[in-house]
Amino acid sequence: MDTILSLLGAGLLQAFEPLNFAMIFLGCLAGLFIGAMPGLGSVNGVAILLPVTFLVPPTAAIIFLAALYYGAMYGGAVSSITLGIPGSSTAVATVFDGRPMAQSGRADQALMAAAIASFIGGTISVILFTGFAPPLAAFALKFGPQEEFALMLVAFATFIGLGGDDIPKTIFSILIGLVLAAVGFDIISGNPRLIFFDMVEFQRGIEFLVLAIGIYGIGEMIWTLEHTKGAVQMHKVQITLKRVWDNFKQIKEYLPTTAMGSVVGFFVGTLPAAGATPASLMSYGLAKSFSKDGDSFGKGNVAGVAAPEAGNNAASTGSMLPMLTLGIPGSPTTAILLGGMIIWGLRPGPLLFSESPDFVWGLIGSMYVANFVTVALNIALIPVFIRVLAMPFTILAPIIFVLCVVGVFATTDRMFDTWLMLLLGCMGYLMRKLNYPVAPAVLAIVLGPLTERSLRQSLISSQGDPMTFIERPISLVCILIAVALVSYPFVQKMIRKRKEPAEAAE
Amino acid sequence: MSVRTAELLMALAMLLASIGLMADVYFGDLVVGWVPGRGPGSGMWPFWLSLGMALASVWTLWRWYTGVTPESRNNNPYIDPETVFMVGVTVAALFFLLLLSNYIGLYFSMILFLLFYVKGIGRHGWGVTIGVTLGVPIGIYLLFEAALNKYLPRGLPFFENIILYIDDFRYSIMY
Repeated sequence: MDTILSLLGAGLLQAFEPLNFAMIFLGCLAGLFIGAMPGLGSVNGVAILLPVTFLVPPTAAIIFLAALYYGAMYGGAVSSITLGIPGSSTAVATVFDGRPMAQSGRADQALMAAAIASFIGGTISVILFTGFAPPLAAFALKFGPQEEFALMLVAFATFIGLGGDDIPKTIFSILIGLVLAAVGFDIISGNPRLIFFDMVEFQRGIEFLVLAIGIYGIGEMIWTLEHTKGAVQMHKVQITLKRVWDNFKQIKEYLPTTAMGSVVGFFVGTLPAAGATPASLMSYGLAKSFSKDGDSFGKGNVAGVAAPEAGNNAASTGSMLPMLTLGIPGSPTTAILLGGMIIWGLRPGPLLFSESPDFVWGLIGSMYVANFVTVALNIALIPVFIRVLAMPFTILAPIIFVLCVVGVFATTDRMFDTWLMLLLGCMGYLMRKLNYPVAPAVLAIVLGPLTERSLRQSLISSQGDPMTFIERPISLVCILIAVALVSYPFVQKMIRKRKEPAEAAE
Repeated sequence: MSVRTAELLMALAMLLASIGLMADVYFGDLVVGWVPGRGPGSGMWPFWLSLGMALASVWTLWRWYTGVTPESRNNNPYIDPETVFMVGVTVAALFFLLLLSNYIGLYFSMILFLLFYVKGIGRHGWGVTIGVTLGVPIGIYLLFEAALNKYLPRGLPFFENIILYIDDFRYSIMY
């Protein structure tokens, strides 16, 4: 333990060196804005700015990119809350409650909760990273495809059991999201699937951001247009120091959720090929499951903002763990970081901690510092973000529409996807009017490829025997949780029905 | 059309779409069952998902028939005429924004879209209108093209050349 603390101390000193600290500040600031821009996420930021880092030593370079990764995680929440457009996939779950909070004039509270939860998530995950890196990496490796599939079932079951929405419509929403995720070339056999109307554009599949921006950008704005008739300002928020302090004091309301989201997020982040998006969605699902006030989720519950933000920030640290200790990237962004490390002449893997301790502990030290810098920047910039919401609807709406189009095009480089976004946005609006929940579809399109791959890998490895899912203890526990979640509304209904005649008799 | 009718039509449309997907997978080149030595066929996943969608739609139709869903008891208009107009204008404006992008490029297309929305619908003053219609494309150009090298559609050669002049001007300042 003493060794770890002394190494960490040296890492912190390294992070405070002028060049490294400047890199942390620049990385956090750049990440914040890149994350807030629809269509650009940490992957784009790290990929685009990777060549820039060749100008500085490797430690400063990875510190810059890791800070950018952190900043982007914070920044994604900004557009999710203020504009209702997820800045990146990792911030999709933040829209569910962040947007309703902004619409009811509590955008500052949501932004503050997002910043603080991100800070807590980042801090808890860095502590876990520092203390438990090697055993956690080994445990994460026990997660085979069976466990991954069972974990995905828990995420879907949460929406069915605790969503509070119409159950068949929720199931339909999940399934249509999974079908949309299956469009394009099959990930295992390479066969083209679901190529609607033989349009070649579908061969590349449907990016989840097309659906997410369509539903939460276009669909949401049309929904707002219907309800406000375009005549009102979006939301007015007065920022005062007292209000900032009051928002800060609210921390106790979402602290347990945030802590749980942080641990879940960190662990999901350590799983190879999972990353921050499933982590944030699962943190949200679990927060909803364990909340005494689960029905208020999706309607502006502050814990619904805190949980996914803690989850995605924790996962961003978690995903660095398998990258550094095993040489396996936990997310697309860490895959690019891994590439960068190889270019810098470093060899990620079990020997990195012993061969390049300065590099590893400098990076860990910088994570602590980056967390403080990002939360300070975020809170300081809340008044700037809030000003966006004070714009009249007839100015803000067209800007959001334009950002949706540009965001989708920037993600996929295809105008076809912008048409698809418009179509899905209109469909989402029409279905939402009939009480079809849209959040499960977005969750499903994000988790779809991972779910299908893990299911098929499991079946291939077991020669088609479905018992494989219940023969493995971790998978069995997850499946039992999923079954309990799906049964929950039916059991609740049965109990209510039994109580009613008894009460009537009394 | 009432909300009640809309729910029926939506559930029927989704049921038909689900059956269409199942048929597409089943009668297409994809294998729904087990491929010896290779595992589940590539049609397995979409086929069973589509079947699930069809069953969920039948369940919704049953709930509609028995009047369980609030929508099945709601005879108010699904979309009122005022909303049809406002939403229609917005969707049409978006349609032309995307359509014109192919011809005049996304930058000029977004200028026309913003002009229509801010001045035509919002009736804001010319100062605000010009500020937004020019400020937004300039901001997007600087962020996406100048800072991040993400190029947006530029349209036919005439309009592409205009953006190229702007690029040249930018390079002359930067380098």
